[in-house]
Amino acid sequence: MASLTPQVSTQLAPATAPGRGGRPRRPRVWRGVVLVLAAVYFLVPLIASFVFTVKAPDQGFSLDAYGQIFSAEGFGGSLLLSLGLGVATIVLVLLLTLPAAVAVRLGAPGLRPVLEVVCTLPLVVPPITFVAGISTVLRWGPDYLASTPLYQTIIAVQNPDFPVVLVLAYVVLALPFAYRSLDAGLGAIDVRTLSEAARNLGASWPHVLLRVIIPNMRSAMASASFLTLALVLGEFTIARLLSFQTFPNWIYRISGSQAQVSVAVSVFSLLITWLLLLALSSAGARQRSGS
Amino acid sequence: MRDSRTRSKSRWAALPLLVFVVIVFGVPMLVLLGGTFTKEGTLSTANLTESLQGAYLTALAGSVKLSALVAVLGGVLGTFLAQAVVTSRFRALREAVLTASGVLANFGGVPLAFAWIATLGNSGVVTTTLGLGAHGWSLYNFWGLTLVYLYFSIPLQVLTVVPALDGLRPQWREAAQNNGASTWQFWRYVGIPVLTPALLGGVVLLFGGAFSAYATAQAMVGSTVPLVTLKIADALTGNVLIGHENVALALSLDMIVVAGLVMAVYLPLQRRSARWLR
Repeated sequence: MASLTPQVSTQLAPATAPGRGGRPRRPRVWRGVVLVLAAVYFLVPLIASFVFTVKAPDQGFSLDAYGQIFSAEGFGGSLLLSLGLGVATIVLVLLLTLPAAVAVRLGAPGLRPVLEVVCTLPLVVPPITFVAGISTVLRWGPDYLASTPLYQTIIAVQNPDFPVVLVLAYVVLALPFAYRSLDAGLGAIDVRTLSEAARNLGASWPHVLLRVIIPNMRSAMASASFLTLALVLGEFTIARLLSFQTFPNWIYRISGSQAQVSVAVSVFSLLITWLLLLALSSAGARQRSGS
Repeated sequence: MRDSRTRSKSRWAALPLLVFVVIVFGVPMLVLLGGTFTKEGTLSTANLTESLQGAYLTALAGSVKLSALVAVLGGVLGTFLAQAVVTSRFRALREAVLTASGVLANFGGVPLAFAWIATLGNSGVVTTTLGLGAHGWSLYNFWGLTLVYLYFSIPLQVLTVVPALDGLRPQWREAAQNNGASTWQFWRYVGIPVLTPALLGGVVLLFGGAFSAYATAQAMVGSTVPLVTLKIADALTGNVLIGHENVALALSLDMIVVAGLVMAVYLPLQRRSARWLR
């Protein structure tokens, strides 16, 4: 699966100031070779995928595959399901991580190592092993819990129309990214001074959080949300092994019958990720130039 | 007095997160551990033994081999690309490569497999244009997977080492040159030692990414290449003898142990590199 990675800012380049000139010409040659090879390796599959989707056996060129995406059976339903799961995951992950990140900054630095560990675990444990555990819990649950109210809960979280169990699993997967971007965002503002000033003026803690901290954290929260959304829209392992028809699972399913359409959707979904991440990096750039 | 009250109060704010992780992450992991050591209701290591034998062992070894190859190749190639970008005079090139790396490092899963199938698969555009099929080309094997995994691994390595390369101060190079060091000596005695933690850290990340990848492999090769993730998925979806369901759990535990060992290398390294590269 696509492991989401933290973004390196494209703007931090103080070390590469000019004035490194005066070096021999030789490095330029290998640099050119490396860049050309990289360009070939990374661009050819993108171009070839596009060519593959517009190549029609007899007419030569046609955009039919892209048109067929929208009329393909199951497209709307699975995309809506994935978007819904994405929104629910974002809300839950922000509700859980933001108070924790603020608490670590303000009053409980002792908790930082605990949170660091909690947010590293999902990176160490491969998603497929996580889903092996989850599916066993879901399988065993009914046997052991049949007489307790937990039984109903286990059935309810597996509702195929809106599988809450996926939201729970995705929150765990998204934790590391969400926590890191929120923690970085908190590091960029002076939380202590802001919150003490607000407290001295008589604001309650919820008020401080909602009216002082969150407005200052908008771009960090946006970046946490974008990363989470990209993760949910691309996640395949857990959804497939628990048999829920999310968007990536749908792409996989139609590939058997409509190869061109499935490649078209792949190109399309790459474009969506691209736009999401571009929005993310430009939001980050705006914040940096503003501060 | 007031301070300590705030402190104890703010600890509560982290409680929901911790409780959530204990339930949603901790319980499945405990069940995984419990299931690994249970066979037909009794405590036993039979599952674990079975998971380290025959086809399962081959799959585990195949995954480790593939991930190690991808990690080393991706690490080296990614570092060269990063160095080419960092030393370039063109700001736009640097930003374009870093943005593209951010996108491509996240480009995995099913769409990645399909993009490559459309390119170099049996009826892929490049395969048919160059007539590679006649020369026995096939994407659906170990080397094909390596080629495809590098597509998200190299960008990930670029993202990991660019900050480290930026941290190599020009003064260090100048100091070395003033003392008469050649380019080779600069890299051998200054550059590489300072970069080693970041480079190895990147390699570890690449290993982890390739090791846990499932979607790409499933969409590309099905089960023709033995990989542990594919075996686990097979066993979980019931493709296993009755009474052996828990082998999937034992295999998962094997994976976690391997991934955990590799990550254990990474964390101290990261701390060491952070000391130099501020």
